[in-house]
This record gives sequence, C-alpha cells and structure tokens, in this order.
Amino acid sequence: MTLTVICGIVAVGSVVGFLARYHHKMDLEQWTVGGRGFGLVLVWLLMAGEIYTTYTFLGACGWAYSRGAPVLYILGYGPLMYVVSFFILPPIWEVGRKHKLQTQADFFQVRYDSPLLGAFVALVGVVCLVPYLQIQLTGLGLITEVASFGAIHRTPAIIIGFALVAAFVFASGVRGVAWVSVIKDLLLLSAAVFVGIAIPRIYFGGIGGMFAALARAKPNHLIMPGATPNLGHSWYLTTVLMVSLGFYMWPQYFAASFTARSGKVLRRNAVIMPLYGITVPLMLFVGLSAVLVLPGLSNGDLSLLLMVRKTFPAWFLGVIGGAGALTAMVTAAIQLLTGATLYAKNLVRPMLAPGMTDQQVAKVAKIMVLVLTSGAVVLALYSSMSLVSLWLLGSVGVAQFFPGVVLGLFSRRVTTSGVFAGLVTGIVVALLFMLTGRDPYHGVNAGLIALGFNFGMTGVVSLLTPMRIASFEEILPAAASRSGSSVSLT
Amino acid sequence: MKRPSLGSLLFGLIPFVAVCFSVNIWDRVYPMVFGIPFNFFWLISWLFLTPLCMWGAYRLETSRTTADREDGGGR
Repeated sequence: MTLTVICGIVAVGSVVGFLARYHHKMDLEQWTVGGRGFGLVLVWLLMAGEIYTTYTFLGACGWAYSRGAPVLYILGYGPLMYVVSFFILPPIWEVGRKHKLQTQADFFQVRYDSPLLGAFVALVGVVCLVPYLQIQLTGLGLITEVASFGAIHRTPAIIIGFALVAAFVFASGVRGVAWVSVIKDLLLLSAAVFVGIAIPRIYFGGIGGMFAALARAKPNHLIMPGATPNLGHSWYLTTVLMVSLGFYMWPQYFAASFTARSGKVLRRNAVIMPLYGITVPLMLFVGLSAVLVLPGLSNGDLSLLLMVRKTFPAWFLGVIGGAGALTAMVTAAIQLLTGATLYAKNLVRPMLAPGMTDQQVAKVAKIMVLVLTSGAVVLALYSSMSLVSLWLLGSVGVAQFFPGVVLGLFSRRVTTSGVFAGLVTGIVVALLFMLTGRDPYHGVNAGLIALGFNFGMTGVVSLLTPMRIASFEEILPAAASRSGSSVSLT
Repeated sequence: MKRPSLGSLLFGLIPFVAVCFSVNIWDRVYPMVFGIPFNFFWLISWLFLTPLCMWGAYRLETSRTTADREDGGGR
C-alpha cells in the first residue's frame, strides 16, 4: 500500500518533468537556464524547490531529535540567506544577462578574465556538490527502507530513483525541474503543516503540551548546546553567519538566478521567501516529539519517517514518502544539471577542447550526469555521516567563493591573483581544520575562520598586484556611475 | 556594479542582529510564548519580521532606481 502510493507520486512527478519540454527547443541555454524567461512564480518555485530539500525534510527533524536546540541554526540562517540574496542576486543576474552567463564558473571566468580561475571554481563546485547529491540518495534509501518495513533494500531503490532523475534531466533540463517542484512543494507543504501540527497534538494534546513535557523531562535539550558537547552560542553565531553568507555560493542556487526574467523578480523573491521557512519549525516539532515518543533511535534522520509510520495509516506514510522521494529527485536533478554543466562547459571546454560547440558541451554534460550519479550512489552506499553534517561539509567549501563574488561585483580594486590566492587559502585552511577534527575550533565554525583568511588573503594580494582597468570597464559598465548616497567598499 | 544604498543595508542588518548576533540574549526556554520556548518563538517570529524589513529595503532600492532613470543616471 505504502509503496504503491510512493510509486504513484513519483510516476506523476516524472511524467510532468518529461512533459515540460513541450514547445521549447532544447538548446544549451534552454536546458541550463530555461531561456532566461522565468517570472516571479516559477523562480520562486524553482528556488524553493531547490532549497527545501531532503536535508530540510529529514535532516532538520533528525537534528532536532538527536542534537536538540543547535538545530535552531537552520531556522536562523533561513531568513538571513535571503537578506544576502537581496543584495547580491540582482547584480549577479545583470552581469549574467549582459555576458550570457550560464554557470557560476562563467561568472568568475568573465569577471576575472581567467578561464583557469573559472575551471578551478568549477572543480571546487563539482566536488562540493557530491556530498549534497549523496544526501538526496541517502534520503531516498531511508524513505524506501522505512516505507517498505525493510522489505526493499536501499540499494535497488537508490538505483531506480536515480535512473529516473538522470532520464528527466536528460530530457527537459531546468524547466522540467521547475515544474516537478510545483507538485513536490504542494505535497511537502501540506504534509509538513499537517504532520507538524497533528503529531504533537496526538501525543501531547498540542505543541504547547509537547514543549511543556519536554521542558520537564529534558530541559537542556531546548537550549544550546542541547545534547551536544560543543555546539553552543559561538558555534551558532559563526555557523549562521557562514551559511547565510555562503548559501547562494552553491553553484546551483547561484545559477538559478540566471533563470529569472529580471533582477526585480529576484529582489521581490528575496523579500517573500523567508515566509516559506514556516515548514522548518513544523519539522522540528516532529523531531522534538520523537525525543519523548521514540527514545533511543540510533539514526536521528529516521525520526520523521518512523514517527509517521507509528502514528498514521500506511497510505499516509506513502504520501510523506512520495513527497520525500520526489524532493530528493528534484534536488538531485538540479545538482546533477549544475555539476554536469560546470564540468563540461568550464572544465573540459576551456582546458582540454577549446573548439567544442554548444551541442558538444551539452553531450559531454549529459555523460557527466551519469558519472556524477554513479559516484554519489557509491558514496551513499558506503558513508554513515548524518544528513546535516554532510551538508555543512559542502557549505564550508562553497562559502569560499563569497569574497570573489562580492568583491567582484562591488569593488574595482580586486584582482584575479587576489581571488585565486584567497580561494586557495580558504580551502586549505578549511581542510586543515576539518581533517584534523578541529571543527568547531574553540566553538567557532571552521568555515568562517577559513572565510576570514580567504578575505584577508584576497585583499592583501589584490593590493599587491596591478589591477587591469580595461577588463573592468568592459565587464562592469555601471562601476563608473556616481556613488552619491552609495556605500563605498573600496 | 551599482552598490546598494546605506539605508537598505541598514534594513538588511536588522534581521542579522536579531537572529544571529544577539543569540545569547534570546536563547532561553522561559518565558514561553503560546506554549513555545522563547528561543523557538523568537526565531519563528523573524520568519515574518524579516520580510517586513526587506520590504522596506525593497522600497528604498526601487525608488532609487526610478530616480536614477529620471535624472538620466544608472546604466
């Protein structure tokens, strides 16, 4: 029963994905950025669809269960990353339209006039996308296992799910993803609202009752550092800062801004998006209820699914599982699309085969979809990190793009060597802390420390190297305009 | 690229102060509001208050763009 419902939902979603290509000729531009014609609603759906992922769905609930109050950081960076996007996405979009950019690495390549920097950014971006892709696969596996009461092993589920994703990425590109997001968001939103209110009500008579019971039984679970030894206030502050600054540095979210019809669409989007975050506290309520109802789970990421399975009839677990599976697939699709395009367009073409046509780039990208999928499948089968921890790992990496993007948009003094040096420094520092198990370092998020070094190095090296006025004038035509009331960053 | 105005940056700073920098002030269970611990309640309310701040910033930025067009500035 449960599995029939899940398969039904996934089937409907896939059909919509395939149908989305009608009336649109699939050239590289259409495939990657939807022909740059998405309005407010479609951009909103695409961004929401990409942002509220398996990690929000299962991971937030899982951390609320296993860590307690530190999970509040998800609720914290939620609105703040849109504040950042308000200021940086419209100018990114403008540069994108002017220079026909399709990827994040394109931005670096054009802004800093360096295919090598572009290729490096593409490489880092693809590497960081792999753990994110792995989250979606692990999510699919968890859903199938719980929904089938262990009858279906996660391996075949992951492989079938991803064959479908790869197929609709092949067929319809970003437009297919946006439309499947519509279905998935409707399901996810209504399921989250229902479950988040119903579960505390059934077991504790309401959300207030649940918190009262938890405050009596485990008061420390509700304030930081919760059930963890070291995730206290300074960790919260630095992690929220790092994630909200770095969020739109994820190559797929960065590139999503190119799908918009205008910069205004993005700005309006940034104003209203925080409201969509209302699903997050509801997921947290479920995770916190599970602390008292299902104590002792070894894997917190299972708490949402197990609570639903314990509380509701089988068909409803199917609806939740279907929404979850579709979410994993939509997110994975856009990550594959981004990773593959980055690889083909910014790594292979400029470095190995400069003469490639757009059609050939699209072909290499499609092959790369398969390579990335198989890589992530292998990782998903052999790794045991929690969903949130995996996500933080990739976030630290992509956050290192922040200085290059922001200074590139608003400062005329920053140079190619400066950005290169800063980026490498940031990544090396982050790796040093993380590989030696020093994250958080004295309560401070290692990614933010790395970002500090990155900014410093970018600044120092930029000042020591000559700036190339010519490329600035061409790329930043508005830079010469009067500043007046504007804030000076240089 | 045209830089954002000081006013809109200040509007953007408000949520950062409220949600991020002031964590040790609001991270407490009591007083509970509507049965929700204070820290959860505080962050949930900023899901609604942040759009208000950014709406202010939006008004500032759009009026600035319009003014630019009128005096022939901007791009």
